[in-house]
Amino acid sequence: MKLHDIAVNNLRRRKAKVFFLVTGLLVGVAAVVALITTTSTLEEDIGHKMDEFGANILITPKSEGLSLTYGGLSLGGLSFDLKEISQEDIAKIKTIHNAANIRIVSPKVFGVFEREGYKALVVGVDFPSELSLKKWWKINGNAPEYEDDLLLGSEAAEHLRAKPGSVVDIKGETFKVSGVLETTGSQDDNLLFMYLPVSQKIFGKEGKVGMVEIAALCKNCPITEIVEQISEKIPTAKVTAVQQVVAGRMDTLHSFRKFSLGISGLVLLVGSMVVFVTMTASVNERTREIGIFSAIGFRKSHIMKIILLEAFVVSLLAGVAGYVVGIGVTRALLSFMSDHTIHFYWDPIIPVGSVFLAVVIGLLASLYPAMTAARMDPSEALRTL
Amino acid sequence: MSYIEARNVIKEFGDGEAKVTAVRGIDLSIEQSGFISLMGESGAGKSTLLSMLGGLLSPSGGQIVVGDIDIYSLKRDKLADFRREFMGFIFQSFQLVPYLNVLENVQLPLAVTHHSESDKKSLAFSALERIGLKDKAMRLPNQLSGGEQERVAIARAVVNEPPILFADEPTGNLDSRNSADVMNLLKRLNSEGQTIVMVTHSRKNAEFADRIVEVADGVIRLAETMNPVKCACA
Repeated sequence: MKLHDIAVNNLRRRKAKVFFLVTGLLVGVAAVVALITTTSTLEEDIGHKMDEFGANILITPKSEGLSLTYGGLSLGGLSFDLKEISQEDIAKIKTIHNAANIRIVSPKVFGVFEREGYKALVVGVDFPSELSLKKWWKINGNAPEYEDDLLLGSEAAEHLRAKPGSVVDIKGETFKVSGVLETTGSQDDNLLFMYLPVSQKIFGKEGKVGMVEIAALCKNCPITEIVEQISEKIPTAKVTAVQQVVAGRMDTLHSFRKFSLGISGLVLLVGSMVVFVTMTASVNERTREIGIFSAIGFRKSHIMKIILLEAFVVSLLAGVAGYVVGIGVTRALLSFMSDHTIHFYWDPIIPVGSVFLAVVIGLLASLYPAMTAARMDPSEALRTL
Repeated sequence: MSYIEARNVIKEFGDGEAKVTAVRGIDLSIEQSGFISLMGESGAGKSTLLSMLGGLLSPSGGQIVVGDIDIYSLKRDKLADFRREFMGFIFQSFQLVPYLNVLENVQLPLAVTHHSESDKKSLAFSALERIGLKDKAMRLPNQLSGGEQERVAIARAVVNEPPILFADEPTGNLDSRNSADVMNLLKRLNSEGQTIVMVTHSRKNAEFADRIVEVADGVIRLAETMNPVKCACA
């Protein structure tokens, strides 16, 4: 017979009371687990969607530039010592430390198209990458499938009086318009898109690219690190993060996280109060027993040990059960909140954290009642006998 | 020579106009292996006096000396150790811990001692054997009769063989047959050398002691030495 036998026997033989105590704490833990896991999963989902939505890193050839202005009047500028990006450099992007975060690499080659006084920019792209990068594009007709397919911006199509199925000659080569973009309101409206190798060939830029747009999944990695890593791999290129995009995304995610942490804190506070009130009531109910323990010679520390040990076991059970219930609630919530399948985000810190949290809250909430019980004069308890 | 001594003990409860003096300067001396009954009306101060003698309630004035130790000069934990080692308590209404079985209840005072687990068990079984309840060791208190519960309470009080036993109305909830059994058990323990201080309303039970002290209005009204009832221990 040791002190822990008293605690264990009390829990074992007062199942209804244990159930009530565990449920009180479980609700708090489950709510926090559900809230954190749901927000993390949604955060991850939103992060992925936002990362997929356009480029956030730009690679351009490095050059020495000189901006010419006088009296506030811009006289244009000139570039000299222009370095070039080769096709081999692009392969190096996939070898950086954070390669796993690189989702889309979309190289581009530029050339000029001219017909009857109308000038437009021709962009050679890798269509699968470009279409993944620009999910907002809506194509009237079909996306290019063959080497001689052409995709036109809306204004370019208007100027050329072209529609899906039309034929356009560029640099002596004949191309078929497979589709026309709906108006985007961006510079894409004025562009002609064709397959990258074809554009390289007709503009005499084989093995070279003019620009690379990259979409990196940067939710869990600082974009500046990816930029530095690419710069190291391609020293001839200027790598820049599209700051406003990155900052905007991070702000949104931070706001989301702050909101979830705020709500979690609130739930936790309420949960702690529930445990505190329940543990205090539980200790108060046991005044008689505590009086007996004290009268027969248990020290203050002995009584505290019994109560805190019970609180530890109850909290441990509540932590484990709370995690399981919380995850169940999360899965139900996610399936209810979204029509598409959201990939469940499992963080190994959550189970450990929820048990730890439950135990810490359980012990802290029980500390005051335990101290009160331990300080109780045995005669006070005897008076209640 | 006195073993337990109350010296001008006073106990007051409350403050100001609500102050109540439960014990008003009692001097009392109890010899080793003595058996003393404290009698009196309800509210006379006898249970308060018993609590103070047993180290459960510090007096507002005066001293309680056990052996040669002024027990209320001890710090709280030391006083708890002293109670565990030297005193056993039999409370009103048995006061067994409901979720512990008979064996565990009896072992309770041993839970914080350095005895090995097997020693604790054998001491508890031996105490249960003395009160004739060894065969009910695994039962829960609510599976026992009132008389049996009282005997378990006595076994718990004597399991670590304390030299002093305090009993507050030990037969208060028992019928006459069970009362007689319990009183005989206490008398037997006394004859084995245990000092017993008992609070009772029953004159018949009080006569098992070798001295009856009658308390009224917080003072000793009468102390009489008895020719105590012989133990029907066989």
